[in-house]
Amino acid sequence: MTGDNARFLNIQASGDDSLHVTVSNAWTLDAAIALNDQMRELARMPAASVTLDGAGLTALDSAGAWVLGRTMRAMADRGAAIEVTRMRDDYRALLDKTEIEASGIALSEPGSSALVALLGRTGASVVSSLTIGAELLGFFGLTLVTLGRILVGRARVRWIALLRQVEAVGFDALPIVGLLCFLVGVVLAYMGALQLQRFGASILTVNLVGVSVLREIGVLLTAIIVAGRSGSAFTAQIGTMKVNQEVDAMETLGLSPVDVLVIPRLVALFIALPLLVFFGDMMGLLGGAVISVVYLDLSFGQFLVQLKDAVDFWDFGTGLLKAPVFAYVIALVSCHQGLQVSGSAESVGIRTTASVVQSIFLVIVLDAVFAIFFAEIGI
Amino acid sequence: MSATETQENSPRFEQPAIKVRGLRTQFGVQVIHDGLDLTVRRGEVIGVVGGSGTGKSVLMRTIIGLQKPAGGEVELLGEPITAGGGEPATRRLRGRFGMMFQDGALFSSQTVAQNIQAPMRERGGIPDDLMVELARLKIQMVGLPPEAGAKYPSELSGGMRKRASLARALALDPQVVFLDEPTAGLDPIGAAAFDDLIRDLQASLKLTVVMVTHDLDSLAAICDRIAVLIDKKIIVDTLAALTRHPHPWIQDYFHGPRARAAFAAGGSEG
Repeated sequence: MTGDNARFLNIQASGDDSLHVTVSNAWTLDAAIALNDQMRELARMPAASVTLDGAGLTALDSAGAWVLGRTMRAMADRGAAIEVTRMRDDYRALLDKTEIEASGIALSEPGSSALVALLGRTGASVVSSLTIGAELLGFFGLTLVTLGRILVGRARVRWIALLRQVEAVGFDALPIVGLLCFLVGVVLAYMGALQLQRFGASILTVNLVGVSVLREIGVLLTAIIVAGRSGSAFTAQIGTMKVNQEVDAMETLGLSPVDVLVIPRLVALFIALPLLVFFGDMMGLLGGAVISVVYLDLSFGQFLVQLKDAVDFWDFGTGLLKAPVFAYVIALVSCHQGLQVSGSAESVGIRTTASVVQSIFLVIVLDAVFAIFFAEIGI
Repeated sequence: MSATETQENSPRFEQPAIKVRGLRTQFGVQVIHDGLDLTVRRGEVIGVVGGSGTGKSVLMRTIIGLQKPAGGEVELLGEPITAGGGEPATRRLRGRFGMMFQDGALFSSQTVAQNIQAPMRERGGIPDDLMVELARLKIQMVGLPPEAGAKYPSELSGGMRKRASLARALALDPQVVFLDEPTAGLDPIGAAAFDDLIRDLQASLKLTVVMVTHDLDSLAAICDRIAVLIDKKIIVDTLAALTRHPHPWIQDYFHGPRARAAFAAGGSEG
């Protein structure tokens, strides 16, 4: 390495405290990399005067000039008199250009202890959770006010956007919701039958499937699929519009983003999710029926008779009651996150993740609250 | 014929920086360039002008290999760009040319300093401390304040983004720099400073600059030659010669009221 470097750099001590530095050949990025450490050593050498001889220099780029300039300035700062000789004017100009304004900016953040950092992060995430909660509440109010204005006729419904959204979030989701609910119904019936057979109560498999699908599985599974499928799409769509300043453009045209973007999505989900839940319920029961017919030797008619005894209206009703609430929460969270997007593509990604996580979290928490509530009022 | 041969036999640095022969570009049935020839010499600043839709940016993208032409040959720094197969030319020539995009095209998930370090990191072998210092140097060279290095592109104004993008293009001290509308969106002082910067770098690094621009001040102040895209071909000449060219579009372009003002100012300075 040092042998190589001799092509570029030759340092001679002449007389007392003075250095004669000769630079030659092409001082480009490659040379700068090779000479980086050596030039730092040179910068620390004690010298009262330094002569920089640039006669042999054949090329100089900004990296080379930087390493050279950095060294000369460091030596000058420590009291050395610098003299540059036989350097071409354009190289000299580039050398001068590499002078970075002294600024108090530290190149790296001062480190703090792990415990303090942990506490800091914990505090920051608590504050941000509370802030998100407060903002979401505010956004909830905003959508209620807007819906109210539509009801009293002071804002108009965008029917085309609404219908398009119903198609996207409802109709297009039918295959995946149907398939997954059917499969979960199959699994539930199969596992239930295996366990209940031991008590000779395998007929109760029908009760198990009926109650759990209608009360919990159908609505929960559908809501989670929709949160992942449509909630993420809402956030990404609105977020990308935000990045492209389309949302700002809307404001300047006198359109409210809540009217145009949020309400159609919210209402569409409000309409579509209960319908999807009904469809999911039916497919889940169908999955149970298939297992009952194949595995328990029931006829389809016997399955239906047993099902009629097993479930009452409220098993079905509680499931469907929850659907619009979940729909509102999913639309609210995902549109809110979409409008929170700022600036970059990365932000869209972060917000989309947050949107799905928060809406699934809220759906499950609300489901638990509903379960307690329904148990208390006895339905 | 003999002139061409001597040119090809001459040492590498004598080769033109860019050689385009018989370029044909088309999108569907729409022909943008047809039989376009262009030679850019090493160390010159060439300004590309033309009406909208004449394919200024497309030409630039074709030269650096982002766009595949329908026909013709393109050579950048002696490397054939249009030759099919193998490693893409953009990779073979990595670090030897830089491109500044019209809207910056900075990586939005990285800070300005990280953006500038990105090509250095890809190159490999540069010590971290030197990389940090060089990034700061480039930031200053393009006239950004030092604290801009820690900012994300979304936190910068449009003009600052352009400068940051230029800094990234210059990260590895390329031989050829392509600039797409570099001074659009800069204030007049910033634009003039930018012109000076290009001149400085060009003088000390023998930088070849190809810039698409509509900034008549830049054309007058820093361009050695001007390439006018017209009728699917290109006419390259000095500003003085072009002002006497008989083509009506060129006459309109260089003799409009704005052009006269810019060239008058440029003339009195120079």
